[in-house]
Amino acid sequence: MAIEFPRVPLGQWIEGGLNWLTSEYSLITRGISRVTQTGIGALNDALMWLPEWALLAIIAGLCWKIANVRLAIGAVAGMLLIWNMGLWEPMIETLTLVVIATLVAVMIALPVGIAAALSERLYRSIMPILDFMQTMPAFVYLIPAIPFFGIGSVSAIFATVIFSMPPAIRFTTLGIRQVPVELIEAADAYGATRRQKLFKVQLPLSLPTVMAGINQTIMLALSMVVIAAMIGADGLGSEVWRAIQRLRPGDGFEAGIAVVILAMLLDRITQSLRKSRKA
Amino acid sequence: MSENRNVKIRVRNLSKVFGSQPKKALELRDQGLKRPEILDKTGLTLGLSNIDFDVHEGELLVIMGLSGSGKSTLIRCLNRLIEPSEGEIVIDGENIPELDEKSLLECRRRHFSMVFQNFALFPHRTVQQNAEFGLEIRGIDAAERAETARHALKQVGLEGWEDAYPNQLSGGMQQRVGLARALANDASVLLMDEAFSALDPLIRGDMQQELLQLQHRMKKTTVFITHDLDEALTIGDRIVLLKDGEIVQIGTPEEILTKPADDYVRRFIEGVDKSRILTAESAMRRVRATVRDSDGPRTALRKMRDHSLDSIYIVDRDRHLVGLIEADAASQALEQGREKVTDVMTQEFRSVGPGEPLHNLFAMFHDNSFPIAVVDDDKRLLGVVVKGAVLDELAQAAETPQPTETTESVETAPAGEE
Repeated sequence: MAIEFPRVPLGQWIEGGLNWLTSEYSLITRGISRVTQTGIGALNDALMWLPEWALLAIIAGLCWKIANVRLAIGAVAGMLLIWNMGLWEPMIETLTLVVIATLVAVMIALPVGIAAALSERLYRSIMPILDFMQTMPAFVYLIPAIPFFGIGSVSAIFATVIFSMPPAIRFTTLGIRQVPVELIEAADAYGATRRQKLFKVQLPLSLPTVMAGINQTIMLALSMVVIAAMIGADGLGSEVWRAIQRLRPGDGFEAGIAVVILAMLLDRITQSLRKSRKA
Repeated sequence: MSENRNVKIRVRNLSKVFGSQPKKALELRDQGLKRPEILDKTGLTLGLSNIDFDVHEGELLVIMGLSGSGKSTLIRCLNRLIEPSEGEIVIDGENIPELDEKSLLECRRRHFSMVFQNFALFPHRTVQQNAEFGLEIRGIDAAERAETARHALKQVGLEGWEDAYPNQLSGGMQQRVGLARALANDASVLLMDEAFSALDPLIRGDMQQELLQLQHRMKKTTVFITHDLDEALTIGDRIVLLKDGEIVQIGTPEEILTKPADDYVRRFIEGVDKSRILTAESAMRRVRATVRDSDGPRTALRKMRDHSLDSIYIVDRDRHLVGLIEADAASQALEQGREKVTDVMTQEFRSVGPGEPLHNLFAMFHDNSFPIAVVDDDKRLLGVVVKGAVLDELAQAAETPQPTETTESVETAPAGEE
């Protein structure tokens, strides 16, 4: 006779917790939602208000300035292809989501990463949380996002921020911890305060690593923003989603290729930003 | 003479235990246990034990020991980059181990500049910005610190390199930046942690000479750490010799070389090219016999026979050196019936001042084997250096195996810059 263990009702607990959070704080979260929605709308409108050629020129100029002519040419070619495929508007929507999600993620990640680098205790307690955030299948975040923020872009950003933040935290911590001990010792020997040490030595020296983390965050944000189409986020993801539902592989690949172009562009731009800084 | 100089830093009963319960290790130490036994029993490392010494105002004190002797720990205890476990370190009336965090920062800014073995320059700052670092930390305004830093860079010969980054400079130049950073700060004590050990031997020799000149000019109180006895002997006004976290001997280079405190020090100094450090004075012997310029050859011969000498120096009434007479020449003069030693004396001998480095004397023995006369500024005879004594010391130094860490520097040390 097998002994029956009662099933641990983990799922019920989590659901209960989430329900409680939703009912208690939905006013606040809905408020946040409305504000964020306005932000998204504004940025999106601004980017859409710009004529296509103007945005192309800005991006080409940016690429040329921080990298080289080759990147500028590649960028223009890629964007022209997206324009040509009629995916300009969804591309702008996706870009908006990525930009906002990354900004929020970095704004949270930098201070947390710095704090974790300076405090061993915080470091140890935060690492498993980061593991959790990164390995939990991304779709799962979408589910509680809906009761909090409703269907649409804000939920997408919420899920994206959670999913894409860990590398920025990790790399910030890593960058600061990698600063050679001798340099910390030198700063100490000359009587630097903690703040002076942080701003004059640790942060400047960890900047390349921090930038690598932000690059990773942008890449993750892009992949998540596409998935977030499932909860009604606009953009290239929803094009793919529609193609799946209508079984139109051609449309799906077109939108997919647009995502790839956008990803490569964002990656190269942030990479060259990192390299152009004096190490 | 150094005893009555002002004490800048007084270190008393300083100990450092690495590990979580220093008390336990210190108790065992007080029961007479040594470092390895304490490590066995408690897992704690006794890094430093009962260190007592003074750093005098304006002196260059070298703390010397092999790796593991605790010298790096000691220098870091001075400015509390490492927390001492017990003892006092008093600088200008302040006991450093007792300072709270804020006073400690203040104390580091006012009293200590540090130069590091691997330079520890900030790679994201230019040479100029590196030199300004200490002043910037102290909140000196931009114009003043730029001026001070430029001056410091000039002192170390880096004029024109202000806008370069450290990775564009050679090792020697990087350490000059490190030195400029320390000098610009104008703290009252300069701490140098193996500052020249990472440099190649020729550059190291140059840097030692420059440090000596700087030190001579600025009279900056300096604590210099090294594992290289040659370096210690070259630059140190006094040397503190450390072994296994304890002081073995404190003394001037001459004292260490001529009166080693125990076998450890003796073994240590056997590896040193003593001729480079020793002077004619230290190898000199009192003259056993001289003849007066008014004496005759007979007297000279008798004195030589009595003291079994082949030649003898001739001096006047005030012991001014006049010449040298050989036994052969004296007997000939006797046969020829000459009356005065001065008639047959020779000037073929060499004479040197007491400060002449011993290694310069070897070449002089090449010409002839007369004892070399050591004379003072007025040409008065102080003593002689005989060939045998110098060769003895040379043989002794060459025969004995040298402590591994000093080997390279002995072989490649620049010979006699002066």
